Amino acid sequence: MATRPADRPKRVTVRGRSRSRTFASSTQGEPARGLAITPATSQDGAMSQEKGLANGLGVFGIGLGLAELLVPRRLARTLGVPSEHHRLIRAMGAREIASSVSILMQRTPTAGVWSRVVGDLIDLACLGAVSTSKRSDRRRLAVTTAAVAGATVLDLVCAQQLSRGVRTRNGKMPITVSLVIDRSPEDLYKHWRKFSNFPSFMKHVKSVEIIGECRSHWVVAGPLGTIVQWDAEITEDQPNERLAWRSVEGSDVDHSGRVRFEQAPGGRGTMMTIEMQYGPPGGTLGSAVSAWFGEDPNQSIKMDLRRFKQVMETGEVITTDGQSAGRSASTSMKYDPAVRR
Amino acid sequence: MKANCWYGRQDVRVVNVPDPKILNQGDAIVKISSTAICGSDLHLYNGFVPAMESGDILGHEFMGEVVEVGSEVKKLRVGDRVVVAFPISCGRCFFCQNEKYSLCENSNPNAWMAEQFFGHSPAGIFGYSHLTGGFAGGQAEYVRVPFADVGTVKIENGFTDEQVLFLSDIFPTGYMAAENCNISRGDTVAIWGSGPVGQFAIRSAFLLGAERVIAIDRVPERLQMARDGGAHTINYEENDVYDVLMQLTGGRGPDSCMDAVGLEAHTPGPLHYYDRVKQALMLESDRPMVLRQAILACRNGGTISVPGVYGGFIDKLPMGAMMNKGLTIKTGQTHCQHYFKPLLQRIANGEIDPSFVVTHRMKLEDAPKGYDKFLHKEDGCIKIVMTP
Repeated sequence: MATRPADRPKRVTVRGRSRSRTFASSTQGEPARGLAITPATSQDGAMSQEKGLANGLGVFGIGLGLAELLVPRRLARTLGVPSEHHRLIRAMGAREIASSVSILMQRTPTAGVWSRVVGDLIDLACLGAVSTSKRSDRRRLAVTTAAVAGATVLDLVCAQQLSRGVRTRNGKMPITVSLVIDRSPEDLYKHWRKFSNFPSFMKHVKSVEIIGECRSHWVVAGPLGTIVQWDAEITEDQPNERLAWRSVEGSDVDHSGRVRFEQAPGGRGTMMTIEMQYGPPGGTLGSAVSAWFGEDPNQSIKMDLRRFKQVMETGEVITTDGQSAGRSASTSMKYDPAVRR
Repeated sequence: MKANCWYGRQDVRVVNVPDPKILNQGDAIVKISSTAICGSDLHLYNGFVPAMESGDILGHEFMGEVVEVGSEVKKLRVGDRVVVAFPISCGRCFFCQNEKYSLCENSNPNAWMAEQFFGHSPAGIFGYSHLTGGFAGGQAEYVRVPFADVGTVKIENGFTDEQVLFLSDIFPTGYMAAENCNISRGDTVAIWGSGPVGQFAIRSAFLLGAERVIAIDRVPERLQMARDGGAHTINYEENDVYDVLMQLTGGRGPDSCMDAVGLEAHTPGPLHYYDRVKQALMLESDRPMVLRQAILACRNGGTISVPGVYGGFIDKLPMGAMMNKGLTIKTGQTHCQHYFKPLLQRIANGEIDPSFVVTHRMKLEDAPKGYDKFLHKEDGCIKIVMTP
């Protein structure tokens, strides 16, 4: 197990900030000072795509809600709904405004956006109920229903991304994954530094070719069966402590990442932290849709790091691919994507 | 080879499947000589466990002869007779190093899934859904055993299969559950559930110094087997359990209470239907009747031990009773490998002969009938051992 002399001060890096502070270890008689831990995502001044979308939906909701409250009969005619339901429309208007106020006034609009989703479902149910009435304008009603369905999807995507904690800024989602591994920082750094090892534990990486001191060529499986290739260069290399890399200017993919190796508390191995900026194709909307198909980059990176831990602690990545089963596939298509290469 | 596979709720079939292969270099292939059906297999059979796929091979209690080893296997050789632990453990991570083998960090390839349910993933398990890694189980003729050096114990004396088979699961489970009761000399231990785990828990509690063990069940054969093990018995269909426990303990309550029943608990009366309806409506995934009773009956400052398997969420747990009475709850999937040597020693010393629990023997081909019989507790069925 990795050990460190007890009197050497512990070095702690606060996430998201570039400087590191050294604290006296408690063995020297002085209590160590605690840190206020804040995730990097909330320290940026710029508003995330998700919050921007939520605000947009909030403003739209105010507009629609006012229309429903103030001119329900005229609105009913426009939407193709019989105007006898004007009281119900007023109630919907009040609800829209309440949701929007919640979104625009709260620091975290997640609950407000989910309330919009619930409201949309109620709207769809009402539209469905009224579609059989002879007094509805069927054609207009169809258009209205399609519009509400579209709004529902948008609300759902926004609520989902907010709930998942995704914060996309400038087209990039920050991903941070940490794992404690029972080997010394030196061992982990040495194995990690040889990028050609990556395909053995990183599922999406097909190959990494070293083409210079600081350069490497990556071939990675993208979403929907595509293959993406780019050159990366090392921008920071502190042996046994830190490694940072970035895709070279002019690459197809704009990708940067950083890995840190720190002593875990209690001498229990090494804490490895990977921080990456991931640019999902299609922005936050694209990321939400791929999540529906089981693609979650946060999850993928975490699984890759878990496999790295398996390699470093046990020597190989455990697999069930190729085992016996009473069906044509050895693993489950639904439940074992992590296992299949 | 033939293997017993899951195909749906109450649908298991013995079919022909490919023979297992070495997939990791720490693997061994074991030719199975005896395999058993576990009470927790019934949760799979009844469809309570998610992430099951048609064709999954079941079974996590098995033993046999090593017929092939991977290049990284150091302690086993072809021809060794071994019992295999049901949790798959790497032997190298923080938890394995601390002998908490059922919490291994490296043995569940689907850790991401279990993490969403539990916060962190426990170890992989043989034949127990893709939540625990989707490993092919041992109700078959052959099985692939990952991390074979860690997960097996060699049997070198001339024990029969039935004497040592239960080291794979139920004997260490009952024993660890009894250890978790924090038994002091002279204690009274109440054990809900007189199935095979309960039976081993009763005998283990006495081995660990309990003065009295009270077994609670409703099936006459199981109550009789409990009495054969030295326990006083309460039939919960004929008596109010709390009242009888108060009488037996002078109003104080048992020092420890064990829930050896788990998520498919049954209780007479309307409360059972409350939980069954909630399960059907997906408002509750597990039925905690036994846990509630145990918490209420346990003496102040006592210990609740929970070997009974739970998977999801329960409703109406008497947290107020737990907190105000100062109870300790100890739970967990068994750290089987930790108990291999000490329990094998107890068997060798003649302190216990685990084969007492076997009531039915059949061929592997009859596994579907076995599951049905075990589920309905027909014909005095308590434990079924199958041979391929």
